[in-house]
Amino acid sequence: MKSASNGSGPKIGFYICHCGTNIAGTIDVEAVREHAAKLPGVAVSKGYKYMCSDPGQEMIAQDIRAQGLERLVVAACSPNLHEETFRKAAAKGGLNPFFFQMVNIREHASWVHEDKAAATQKAEDQVRAAIHRVRFHKALEKKRVPVHPDVMVVGGGIAGIHAALTAANAGKKVILVEREATIGGHMALFDKTFPTLDCSACILTPKMSAVKGHPNITLWAYSEVTKVEGYVGNFKVTVKRKPRYVKEDLCVGCDACIDACVFKEAKFPDEFNQGLSKRKPVYLSFPQATPKVVTIDPKTCIQLKTGKCKMTCAAACDRKAIDFGQKEESKEVPVGAIILTTGFDAFDPKRHEYYGYGRYPNVYSALEVERLVNASGPTGGDVVLRDGRRPEAIGIIHCVGSRDEHTNKWCSRVCCMYSLKLAHLLKERTGAQVYNFYIDMRTPGKTFEEFYDRLLKEGVQFVRGRVAEVNDWAMTREEEGRLVIRVEDTLAGFVRRIPVDMVVLSQGLEARKDALDVRRIFNIGCGSDGFFQERHPKLAPVSTFADGIFIAGACQGPKDIPDTVAQAGAAAAEALALVDAGHVEMEPNTSRVVEEECSGCKSCVPLCPYSAITFDEAKKKASINEILCKGCGVCAAACPSGSIRQNLFEDDEIFGEIEGVLS
Amino acid sequence: MSAKPKVGFYWCASCGGCEEAVVDLAEGVLDVVAAVDIVLWPVAMDFKRSDVEGMADKSMTVCFINGAVRTSEQEEMVRMLRKKAQFVISFGSCANSGGIPGLANQFSKETILKFVYEDCPGVDNSARTRPQTRMKDEGDRSLHLPVFRDMVRSLDQVIDVDYYLPGCPPTPKLIMGGVQALLSGKLPAKGTVLSPDVALCDECPRKDSKPTDLALTEFKRPHLAPIDPEKCILAQGFLCMGPATRSGCEALCVKGNMPCSGCFGPTSKVRDQGAKLVSCLAGSIAAKETPEIDKVLSGIPDPVGSFYRYGLPKSMLKRRIDN
Repeated sequence: MKSASNGSGPKIGFYICHCGTNIAGTIDVEAVREHAAKLPGVAVSKGYKYMCSDPGQEMIAQDIRAQGLERLVVAACSPNLHEETFRKAAAKGGLNPFFFQMVNIREHASWVHEDKAAATQKAEDQVRAAIHRVRFHKALEKKRVPVHPDVMVVGGGIAGIHAALTAANAGKKVILVEREATIGGHMALFDKTFPTLDCSACILTPKMSAVKGHPNITLWAYSEVTKVEGYVGNFKVTVKRKPRYVKEDLCVGCDACIDACVFKEAKFPDEFNQGLSKRKPVYLSFPQATPKVVTIDPKTCIQLKTGKCKMTCAAACDRKAIDFGQKEESKEVPVGAIILTTGFDAFDPKRHEYYGYGRYPNVYSALEVERLVNASGPTGGDVVLRDGRRPEAIGIIHCVGSRDEHTNKWCSRVCCMYSLKLAHLLKERTGAQVYNFYIDMRTPGKTFEEFYDRLLKEGVQFVRGRVAEVNDWAMTREEEGRLVIRVEDTLAGFVRRIPVDMVVLSQGLEARKDALDVRRIFNIGCGSDGFFQERHPKLAPVSTFADGIFIAGACQGPKDIPDTVAQAGAAAAEALALVDAGHVEMEPNTSRVVEEECSGCKSCVPLCPYSAITFDEAKKKASINEILCKGCGVCAAACPSGSIRQNLFEDDEIFGEIEGVLS
Repeated sequence: MSAKPKVGFYWCASCGGCEEAVVDLAEGVLDVVAAVDIVLWPVAMDFKRSDVEGMADKSMTVCFINGAVRTSEQEEMVRMLRKKAQFVISFGSCANSGGIPGLANQFSKETILKFVYEDCPGVDNSARTRPQTRMKDEGDRSLHLPVFRDMVRSLDQVIDVDYYLPGCPPTPKLIMGGVQALLSGKLPAKGTVLSPDVALCDECPRKDSKPTDLALTEFKRPHLAPIDPEKCILAQGFLCMGPATRSGCEALCVKGNMPCSGCFGPTSKVRDQGAKLVSCLAGSIAAKETPEIDKVLSGIPDPVGSFYRYGLPKSMLKRRIDN
């Protein structure tokens, strides 16, 4: 074989991608190609319009075979996108895929610079670094690790329900963990859903029952995940099962205990009804609660608070299901994949103090109104105000806690539509004059605009303008005893005062208050808005940066039920693809301890964020579990005697790269 | 003509401790002397430069050179010895990596000369006279002084070195081991440091008392607090270079209840001993917020002198450059 390389060491093939004009528009790719061609060891230096295309990959594979290339460097986009592509091209040519180094001259150079000469210079520096480094690369193998076939779904709203059912229907064992006493989530609160006005309970409760009855689903309600260990395909999840003080396997939700409770009258705010009604210390959230098991609230139950109650509830239960001695349990389960569907928190309208929520009794949050119009709600669907009146005029204020510099900047996506829905329902139930105060009407979903049209025809009033204030300072006789909405009508062009009897605040959607804690438990990311971060907004919308952990529904960002269900299905499919493969391939960029060189100083042991390092007391040496190792490099950097080596980041490789940049 | 191997000892910028170390072989030195002919040992016997010049190339079997290289004279001598000797052994910390004289690389040549000949308390030099490399005396005789170079270098930054004996100074045991290897011809790969390639903790008698997580809350200097003679010295908050230092001394300092100061240099896998220990200790400090971290670090008032005591010229830092 003739030696085409102009230097010693392995023969290197260099390829530069134009990426259309993405790279070639800013970087003089031909200059970089020529520069690389002159570097020691480079036997082939070529450019191509789209290196990632089939012909591009084929060119690389053929050159490896025909020219006997021993190393491959591709200057193109981010390795996040195409490292795998070119590793495969290398393998196709018969080269170990890790004899390859990718140079990101797009995100790191062409996209972030305008000065063409300087960007070209930078690209050349980057390319030299890679060419210097790749000589030191070693042949590596990906490790295959078996995958546990079970799936865990965390959060039992419609997203979690749908994801759990999808995975269970595919034959997988699913554990569904729900923090509240029942599954159902926000959807269980709604009377109707937009824009079809389907009965929410009618479409949700069959799915809830299906969860309960599914042979493949284990439902752990009233439970929370406290710890996640392990790695993709082999997680070990610790779940805290909070005590209900009721034996779940015995209780049938007959309500006998509730009737028998020493509190004859319900006197504690009912969380499910948004505090609009009362419940007893022993309660069932709603008739279709799943599991249909009562719960005893330790904060209000006399027996649990003082130990001095007649316990009439326990006496009334002929199944002996009540157990005041129940303790919190901690369960550890192995699963292969985890789907997070932890949902959202509704914006607390108290934060928008100019709208008087909490100050004026007739200012309601949208969720309260959802319960108020609900046939199974506190008033059986009869819209009666807190002062007992029936409203003759109702104002619905959009964007409360959305599109607002002072609270949340984002559009919550669902409020325009649910406001229209509530406008329709309120008008239907009360015959009142209904006003919608909006900034922009956002109705971009399937048949959404048609629904808006319908509302316009139904005679609902629309005022375009952000409401400045809600107060009760009457200026005219008509305003007396009513709430006054002050708003600039930006279509009419003047400031209006509109007296109403009821104000509905269309609260936006926010990340859960404990999203950051949950993020840490699952080792995933959050965006600046607090919602869980997807791996890629377009191409990996339900994946996260933690392999094997998927997200769906409003925990990822505000979305309506159809989008939530679609995402939940997608997340289930991703989880199935993972566990069905039976194994995962682990990147070989792991660290290892060279045993004979280790002095046993233990410096590395406490530093590992993945608890992959243990100290062997018999040998007095550290040892790294390469399966647990994520390749972060902390131990390799810290090992004071250089006895820990990380694949793809050995000193020679890193120093080679530095010398390449500086040469 | 003697069939015994010819051996030379030479010194550059050093304290003389390495020469003492040869004498410290005690009765062992007699075995060495019996086995070899010492053809050069300026510290003990009278040799002239011309004696070395007169030697045939490669006539010396091995030359042990200690001390760092700072002057033109040292450069000339070691280059000449390299030609005359079949093997050159870099002997001790100064030759291996610059040693204590190497700490002078924290200052520019001008800063050093100005301080020593002008600003140093006790100097009376109102004419600001500096040594000149060439001058004529009253009798019009030419006088020469070696050139004081810009920086201190290790021996292998000047000439090719075959083996290294580490330590300040190397221990008698390691010296004997090296000599015996040479005499027996059982030689390791060129460039080998003739000491175990594992860090000091490996042979430290206090190894078992080192906790997994040091969680250091302060750094103390040995003169400021008593050192518990049983427990890991680093765990007590005294800066011990042991984890980042090659073993072979059998933990001499630790046995004397003093922390390791790093004279054996790093293991073969480490390019920068000081940076490595800094990197290691950074993860062993309990404080997590900047003000508390600063407070802990204030216990190390001289980081270069602590982490690079014996190896500044050979480290990645090498020397200070004043613009």
